[in-house]
Amino acid sequence: MVAVRREIRFLLNDTEVRLADVAATDTLLNHFRLAQRLTGTKEGCAEGDCGACTVLVGRRAKGTMTYEPVNACIRLLASVDLCHVVTVEHLARGGTLAPVQQAMVSHHGSQCGFCTPGIVMSLHALWLARPDPTVEEVETALQGNLCRCTGYRPIIDAARNVSGDPATDPLMVEGPRIAALLDALDDDARVELGRGGSRAILPAEVDDLAEVLASEPDATVVAGMTDVGLWVTKAMRDISPAVFVGHLEELREVAVSDAGLTIGAGATYADAAPAMAQMFPHLAAYWNRIGGWQVRNMGTIGGNIANGSPIGDTPPVLIALGTTLTLRKGQERRVMPLEDFFLDYGKQDRQPGEFVESVHVARPAAGSLHAAYKISKRRDEDISALACGIAVMLEGDCVREARIAFGGMAATPRRAAQAEAALIGQVWSEAAVETAKTALTEDFAPISDWRAGAEYRMKVARNLLTRFWLESRGETSQLDRGAA
Amino acid sequence: MMEGPAPTSEGRLHDPVAHDSAHKHVAGTAVYIDDMVEPTGTLHACLGLAERAHAEIVAMDLSAVAEAQGVVAVLTAADIPGANDVSPTGKNDDPVFAEGAVEFHGQPIFAVIGETREAARRAVSRAVIGYRDLPHVTDVSDALERVLPHVTEPLTLSRGDIAAALAAAPRRLDGRMRIGGQDHFYLEGQIAMAVPGEDDDVLVHSSTQHPSEVQHMVAHVLGVPSNAVTVEVRRMGGAFGGKETQGNLFAAVAAVAAKRLGRPVKIRPDRDDDMVATGKRHDFLVDYAVGYDDDGRIHAVDAQFAARCGFSADLSGPVTDRALFHADNAYYYPAVRLASRPMKTNTVSNTAFRGFGGPQGVIAAERIIAEIAHALGRDPLEIRKANFYGEPGRDVTPYHQTVEDNILPRLISELETSAGYHERRAEIVAENARGGVIRRGIALTPVKFGISFTATWYNQAGALVHVYRDGSVHLNHGGTEMGQGLFTKVAQVAADCFGIPLDRVKITATTTGKVPNTSATAASSGSDLNGMAAQDACEQIRRRLTAFAAEKWAVPEDEVVFEPGAVRVGAERIAFPDLIEAAYMARVHLSAAGFYKTPGIHWDRAAGKGKPFFYFAYGAAVSEVRIDTLTGEYIVDRVDILHDVGRSLNPAIDRGQVEGGFIQGMGWLTTEELWWDDAGRLRTHAPSTYKIPLASDVPRVFNVTLAEWSENPARTIRRSKAVGEPPLMLAASVLEALSMAAGSCGPHFPHLDPPATPEAVLMACERARGGP
Repeated sequence: MVAVRREIRFLLNDTEVRLADVAATDTLLNHFRLAQRLTGTKEGCAEGDCGACTVLVGRRAKGTMTYEPVNACIRLLASVDLCHVVTVEHLARGGTLAPVQQAMVSHHGSQCGFCTPGIVMSLHALWLARPDPTVEEVETALQGNLCRCTGYRPIIDAARNVSGDPATDPLMVEGPRIAALLDALDDDARVELGRGGSRAILPAEVDDLAEVLASEPDATVVAGMTDVGLWVTKAMRDISPAVFVGHLEELREVAVSDAGLTIGAGATYADAAPAMAQMFPHLAAYWNRIGGWQVRNMGTIGGNIANGSPIGDTPPVLIALGTTLTLRKGQERRVMPLEDFFLDYGKQDRQPGEFVESVHVARPAAGSLHAAYKISKRRDEDISALACGIAVMLEGDCVREARIAFGGMAATPRRAAQAEAALIGQVWSEAAVETAKTALTEDFAPISDWRAGAEYRMKVARNLLTRFWLESRGETSQLDRGAA
Repeated sequence: MMEGPAPTSEGRLHDPVAHDSAHKHVAGTAVYIDDMVEPTGTLHACLGLAERAHAEIVAMDLSAVAEAQGVVAVLTAADIPGANDVSPTGKNDDPVFAEGAVEFHGQPIFAVIGETREAARRAVSRAVIGYRDLPHVTDVSDALERVLPHVTEPLTLSRGDIAAALAAAPRRLDGRMRIGGQDHFYLEGQIAMAVPGEDDDVLVHSSTQHPSEVQHMVAHVLGVPSNAVTVEVRRMGGAFGGKETQGNLFAAVAAVAAKRLGRPVKIRPDRDDDMVATGKRHDFLVDYAVGYDDDGRIHAVDAQFAARCGFSADLSGPVTDRALFHADNAYYYPAVRLASRPMKTNTVSNTAFRGFGGPQGVIAAERIIAEIAHALGRDPLEIRKANFYGEPGRDVTPYHQTVEDNILPRLISELETSAGYHERRAEIVAENARGGVIRRGIALTPVKFGISFTATWYNQAGALVHVYRDGSVHLNHGGTEMGQGLFTKVAQVAADCFGIPLDRVKITATTTGKVPNTSATAASSGSDLNGMAAQDACEQIRRRLTAFAAEKWAVPEDEVVFEPGAVRVGAERIAFPDLIEAAYMARVHLSAAGFYKTPGIHWDRAAGKGKPFFYFAYGAAVSEVRIDTLTGEYIVDRVDILHDVGRSLNPAIDRGQVEGGFIQGMGWLTTEELWWDDAGRLRTHAPSTYKIPLASDVPRVFNVTLAEWSENPARTIRRSKAVGEPPLMLAASVLEALSMAAGSCGPHFPHLDPPATPEAVLMACERARGGP
């Protein structure tokens, strides 16, 4: 029986905060602005897309702290238990602007100023990690921050011209001390909170999670909050009882083996990024187009799968790689091919009390061909109109195995069975690809919506097979910002 | 990327001074309305929005709303003490709360006032409203087909016998172009907080570009005289035209609730509600017939500009007028007929947005040029040059104003060279001819933008300047700060007038209590109008000081000179604070109200003739793109801009306007798409679905230069030029470059209509291959 604590404990800037009176739906942003009167952090959209609310959340790592920018608007307050939360008010110490802030002033990086605190926080996090960033790194760091005034040029200049040494930054200097403070607050307990019947539970460990879900089979599992956060801020849905999993370090493990990659369901996109890019180079660029930086620091692969969206970014590319999914209920586990998890629109093969524990992605066979494509209105931080993962295994000139999966083409992420069949056993050739393209019309009947029309979706789905063919011959490549 | 100029501490006029709030912006200490300390007892309002595009309201049961936890009151049209109307043009067609019928999906019907914002938001969904659906029209082409009414009087500009000129022209083309709308996406949404006072008084903090109008509207809705209402705004978190009239409703709701309940009331809609319930840039459907010759010279243009105005007039009259005023862009149309069709639709009432209809006119003009160039197989730049305003006989606009200050030939010649336009274009044409999946495009487009409100009476401004005994200056004027740096520029003018450091000038919140009857900070006019009014106030004080000093120190008045750092009186240099203290002791009046009205402009709308613009601002841009012809995806690789701001008051701030305007325009023409479903619901109503540019959409090569040699021939504030709107239209070069790239796929004109989403680009490639 684990111990139960009835308050969350965290550090907010330089203050220790203990809160018992917390509803599952309380957001971090409202806590700053309404309860703490820290109004530097702004609400621009309340859905994690504009970045005006960006703050840093620090977690303990190897005796010191590691800080990541996140969206406070959809980050639920209960989830920052045993974290250090840093807002813009904490950067300028003693009235002296931090180097990133000074660079923003010197380069005329603010106009209306409303997005500025969020941009400063993202750039501060970038500077801590990369004191001398490339343009590309700056662009990637700012994917989750909208500015409507400046056209970004002066902000990019500021980001590339920050003076000073991050090693002397107070957050870096004080890391061990902050980690020790958090260690002292950590009692390895399960946390149970509630206000007005809105309950939040933070299990003590993964086994405890299994136990909690077994006794609360209708609970909302809350991982990265990049989707559940919107249920709260936009739909004003009741998510009680909410069982938080993002703090469970063992659920965030990314294990590399000869067999492949086993990714804990709580691993964020950012957690998994290095191993993914190394084992699956074709996913490196794709991975950086999932959400913005803040979303990649929050959102989890498990959540992206478990919520069953037909337009999630990871399922199509993971299905193409032959990913399997491990579900757990109590001490029972079952393993299934990822594509089998998606039954129908909004319907997944997950029983009450069951949770996604991990995914396993097999190491690709030598000589196999891979691609990942995402088509969206805007290149970065957009939800895909369609997404596509392709894996083709050749034996000599012939296609031995083909796995082609699409998102955005049907009510679930799905394999293109007819197109795959059209390729298997054929000589890898333009003619075979043309047959597969034709077969796609049997596989899918996409819809028209605000992200794309049906005609466009089908046309592009087919053209992506052409692109894959051309790339396999080295004849063309995807547009790349760096080529200018 | 090129480095911008570093800010200076001196704060002199024409220096790249940092925005006055830059330090507060980065530190998070700049106070926006939602950051203000709320007075004790502040309540929060949330709007209940229509869930039909067009319907009678047959039943409305709000009892469950009123009974919800934390709800203090529910307001409907019946609770409005004065007029249920916030129409900015007196048309009485813009209800605060819909009554009897709803005319667009998202129209406010009621407001909940709660102890907290969350309580009010939660209660809204408990409303039970019965509708009887009526036919709805959201699309402008449907509105034309069904001959829906105009929301306001259309305008026609004409010259010559258009039918004869079209018939006589050697060549003719006919076309239709759709031009998408645009959401402002100011980062700070609409917000107002009303604090009730004694008698009829109310103080309203409103995020508005037009405090005077909010004041008048709140008074109108409350049924009280304007002198009971004070409206104040220190800064907005962006506006772009979206807070010219759209703040009226929110301020009115807060004020009505505050007066009724005797408690402060704040209203801050959620982003989705804001995007659904407030107006946007008008989308247009343009039908055109053009007569031209083998040299590409235009003989005649006959065009109709139909706009989706939404359910009410709002500013659609002047917006559609300005579309016609800019349908020539920089080109002379010998025979011309331009007609506006401000169509009523069952959508939110469209409103002002940076450029105010002008950009839609410019885009149509550039489409016409591109289509002529395609038909003749020529570089569109040659066609542009063949049609520029020029010598007498080719220098009169369709509204009969003579273009006297055209600097485009020099501007474009310099830009062609600095950007290497011809070499790059030749290389791109050759590369495209080799085929391949990736195609490239390049285009150079000009902008000529008329400066002044076309409603001549708006071209006035006031300022109030106090000098305190310690020599510090309090500056106030009718302009509002939305990030554009207006306060900084006007403070530079004031500091320069007195020869004092910029930090001795206190910039203060715009308030109707200090400067009355102001115009919106709009039409790019902020610095032109308020800079002049502030200068007038400062000069009045300076004249009094000069007369005083001349008398006290017995020197001629022309020997009293306000120099940087001190006032020279004869041979002596007297510190400004010392002069002020002496003046005070001698009982010199150290406060002045300044005023300015733009001279020499007039406009006869009925005749379609006049001189509506004081002057024109010019600019040009070269954009280069690559497209993927398999997916329609694209990248804007390089942009070169040369823009005319006259003699810049602050080159850093002006450059910020040019860059920001360009990127905003690029967003409008590329990824920003408004999408209504069959039920008339706007489905792109949040940043998750409505995509404005990101840092990674900015061209990696982005060369922006101000034309340093330009000086405004009109007598503006220190010979500067307006800069807010004109640069937005430089983004036409991106659309044209994309069009060129798509057009390289085949022999046909690609008809790439904005927004040029990847989908639109791919479809344009198909059209180029296969024809329309």
